[in-house]
Amino acid sequence: MSTFDSVVALLYLLAAIGFVVGLHLMNSPATAVRGNRISTVAMAIAVAVTLAVMANDYHVHPAGWAVLAAGTAIGGGGGLRVARRVKLTDIPQLVSVFNAVGGGAAALVAVNDFVRLSPHIPTRADVTTVLDVVIGVVTFTGSIVAAGKLQGLVSGAPVVWKGSRATNGVLGAAALGLAAYILSGSQNVAVLGALCAVLAVIGVLLVLPIGGADMPVVISLLNAFTGTAVAMAGFVIENSGLIIAGALVGASGTILTKLMADAMNRSVLAIIAGGFGTGEAAGPVGPGGASVQPIQADDAAIQLAYASKVVIVPGYGLAAAQAQHEVRALADLLEERGVEVSYAIHPVAGRMPGHMNVLLAEANVPYPQLKEMSDINPEFPLTDVALVIGANDVVNPAARRPGTPISGMPILDVDQARSVIVIKRSMSAGYSGIDNELYTDPKTHMLFADAKAGLADLASAVKALVGT
Amino acid sequence: MSASLLSDISIFVLSLLVGFEVISKVPATLHTPLMSAANSIHGIVFVGAMLAAATANDALGYALAFVTAVFASANLVGGYAVTDRMLQMFKAKRAPAAKDDRR
Repeated sequence: MSTFDSVVALLYLLAAIGFVVGLHLMNSPATAVRGNRISTVAMAIAVAVTLAVMANDYHVHPAGWAVLAAGTAIGGGGGLRVARRVKLTDIPQLVSVFNAVGGGAAALVAVNDFVRLSPHIPTRADVTTVLDVVIGVVTFTGSIVAAGKLQGLVSGAPVVWKGSRATNGVLGAAALGLAAYILSGSQNVAVLGALCAVLAVIGVLLVLPIGGADMPVVISLLNAFTGTAVAMAGFVIENSGLIIAGALVGASGTILTKLMADAMNRSVLAIIAGGFGTGEAAGPVGPGGASVQPIQADDAAIQLAYASKVVIVPGYGLAAAQAQHEVRALADLLEERGVEVSYAIHPVAGRMPGHMNVLLAEANVPYPQLKEMSDINPEFPLTDVALVIGANDVVNPAARRPGTPISGMPILDVDQARSVIVIKRSMSAGYSGIDNELYTDPKTHMLFADAKAGLADLASAVKALVGT
Repeated sequence: MSASLLSDISIFVLSLLVGFEVISKVPATLHTPLMSAANSIHGIVFVGAMLAAATANDALGYALAFVTAVFASANLVGGYAVTDRMLQMFKAKRAPAAKDDRR
């Protein structure tokens, strides 16, 4: 090994250490910023080393440099622009899009390698090439569908049709056949193209039947897939940096996926099989149902202002309305009056785990006020008013009974509070598509408003009360 | 099996184990930034795009390298930028003077 090669290998190792240490520092909010910075430096090292390798080991055609520069300018510039401008509520979609392009790029690394070497590939590249293409392409189209579902471009409801299972079976068999043909030694680029096409369809069909409520878990899973595809790409081009970083992400994504699925008391397999929507026994709770009690902001403000303990339950409606600053303002007003305010954070409230934490952190809500589900649930019986803002399935008592699409999902025990105020735009169902029994509970009052407007009204009503 | 493949497999398996250990200690509140951070780390696939550009020698090769570079750089740059943006919010919390009034 030449000195240059040794230095390159050691610098890749340094980058890998940076990724591990960076991820480790994400353990606590206090060190997370530093962790991400170390990870960024590690990435810069890996890229710089690779530039040196390109200049030293390859006779890169000027066209190669031009193509790389142009592609990086377009992709990097676009990525930076979107990352800076994206609304907080849209971050899950963006992560999904980054999964898509990451998986797509990993697959393309293998495709490129295959095309370039197609007359004579060593056996070794074959297995990892196929694995890379399979995982990468499925992740690419699957992530696009997942992002589309969250963005509302694709129906959030589970999309299933008669014969979908048979279709999947046929496509799966076709993919297996094509993969086996390549593994048997075929160097036909057209066969690889056909495999990619079949896999692209499979990726779409895998995510379509999964309901929007499960998208956080799916995106986390696809994140793990992308990492694994990148690791496979590392095998294809024999680059240890890709293998290490890809495997790290594959493992982290898997753990995260499991944690999220556990929080919903569901198995990852059940979600992939199209969990929500397959519970045909479910059915809504009777069409005529119980009636709801609307409430005006003034009356709700009185309840809040004279409570001694208020628990705020934020949900996707809060995020969608960008009402984090308004909720903080209302909480400040209540605290000035000596009301004890805390926030109940359901692990899957919003569109991904920790979504509410990020959102409330943006509004400078003190960290100790954010209570996790296991900590806050025993406090609900002692709570005077639970203020539910745009949360639905995570507070639906129907989850405690068997036979509903959300059965078994741990929920916030909001119905045990002495009274409940729900700010919601309408009676429409949550992602699970079922009615919420909390809304028809006799001690629940509905404040029909957009979260932002409703909270502003509440705050001014509380102010008026305090003033008099 | 070649020696280099064996060492690559060892690296892969050990990295998986390290990933499980490092991640399993992260509190649920940091899951979104964590997912985003992990997301940006798989932007390392950009290294693959660079090497694809280095070895390309025909029109198809250049086209593939170009698309790979676009995809991978979007993942890498965007991933780090959005993670940093999220983490800045956690930091702002401890310095109440730095109020975020962009919206």
